[in-house]
Amino acid sequence: MAPRLALLLLLAVPAHAEEAPPGASGCFGCHSPTRADAAIPSLRGRDPAEVATLLRAFREGTRPSTVMDRLARGFTEAESRTIAAWVVR
Amino acid sequence: MKVTRRALAGLLATPALAQAAPAVVVIGGGFGGASCARALRRNGLAVTLVEPNATYTACPFSNAVIAGLRPLQRQRFGYDALRAQGIAVVHQAATGVDAAARRVTLTDGSVLAYDRLVLAPGITLRFDALPGYDEAAASVLPHAWQAGAQTELLRSQLDAMEDGGTVVMAIPANPYRCPPGPYERASLIAHFLKTRKPRSKLLVLDAKDVFSKQRLFEAAWASLYPGLLEYVPLSAGGRVTGVDLAARAVVTEFGNHAGAVVNVIPPQRAGEIARIAGAADRSGWCPIDPGSFESRLLPGVHVIGDAAIAGAMPKSAFAANAQARVCADAITALLRGAPVPEPRLLNTCYSLVAPGYGISVAGVYRPAEGVLADIPGAGGTSPLDAPASVREVEAGYAEDWFETITADAFG
Repeated sequence: MAPRLALLLLLAVPAHAEEAPPGASGCFGCHSPTRADAAIPSLRGRDPAEVATLLRAFREGTRPSTVMDRLARGFTEAESRTIAAWVVR
Repeated sequence: MKVTRRALAGLLATPALAQAAPAVVVIGGGFGGASCARALRRNGLAVTLVEPNATYTACPFSNAVIAGLRPLQRQRFGYDALRAQGIAVVHQAATGVDAAARRVTLTDGSVLAYDRLVLAPGITLRFDALPGYDEAAASVLPHAWQAGAQTELLRSQLDAMEDGGTVVMAIPANPYRCPPGPYERASLIAHFLKTRKPRSKLLVLDAKDVFSKQRLFEAAWASLYPGLLEYVPLSAGGRVTGVDLAARAVVTEFGNHAGAVVNVIPPQRAGEIARIAGAADRSGWCPIDPGSFESRLLPGVHVIGDAAIAGAMPKSAFAANAQARVCADAITALLRGAPVPEPRLLNTCYSLVAPGYGISVAGVYRPAEGVLADIPGAGGTSPLDAPASVREVEAGYAEDWFETITADAFG
């Protein structure tokens, strides 16, 4: 019985939007997907390649920033690209 | 093995299963709980949020309220957006958790069944930790470490104080809610005194020698508040061991310090329901799996925010919100029978040392050896030598962050 119960539970969970890659959901702590008047820019609708390039520049310290350099250093190039592709949706 | 009609009927009669989606109960409607409830609901789960208060009063920026820089009203948030999203918001306190039966009991005796439970109970102030400092004493010598009436009390006491008075602050040892918060408060009280009551003094007594953003705070104090703010660390006798209420004084090993206004931030532990549920260990805080935030002590129960032992992650609103999203995705994966992906978490904490003068500390974290650990090379504080323009930008980002995080948590 227990496995069936588990199965029923599984089926009842709707498939949700593509899962956030590790770290990506944290971006929304500052970058609001909904506030239009924010000083910290929204990421929604941006070009993912542009966001990935910015993340690399922050990581490598070639673009001035306040906090983004410190955060971007927590991710590799490949991770940054995956995050960039997700946060712009 | 077939599921018979009878067995199926039996299953459907189980409250948690009779619904279209598995049921998640979230206890606590602060930054962690409200954010988690919303993220779970976005993932398609049936969510009930249990929170006794109809209005939440946010702690971030409450130090600016204390210093007269901001109305308390801007700290207040309701739950209408959560209801509109389809979250059942129940304004009662949880009085019990039966993790084996997966049930929560509420004040009115009603019972909520759950498939997964999230505890986001914040902190309990330990009124047993400093002799003389109990709940009654806090109505005279405010803590203002849970925002609301206490924030107003400290603000009004500072307003009423005569110029030339001494303000005394007592800061606890780690861990406690918002590691840089006491130092931001000291800074903004000093700003208030400097601009409004310049003959006054602020004495800051600390039970530790090392604290968050220390070099940035101390540099700012030396340049902005020389002779006004006196900081006494543990090694210089700063540890407050008790309170003499009648004398309006705090007690240290080296003598008593009386003040016209006395702000005592007492030691803390996880919110009371965590202890009642059995999710807190002997430290008073809740050990968790760093990948899923599931309790190490109670299967099926997750703990996020200030109450959790989150390793290198501080007890901050930003951290609670970040943990809420990761925990919601972990719960969703667990209920689908999918593996829980290894998370990466962020934190950024801003502090104001004066209006228009902001500093920050940031971190990136991942599970390592059973705890959330700093990713080496990432994170750190604002530069010590940054120009005023950078401090101003960071002060602006702090305000912007508050708008974003409260919109995410409360709509």
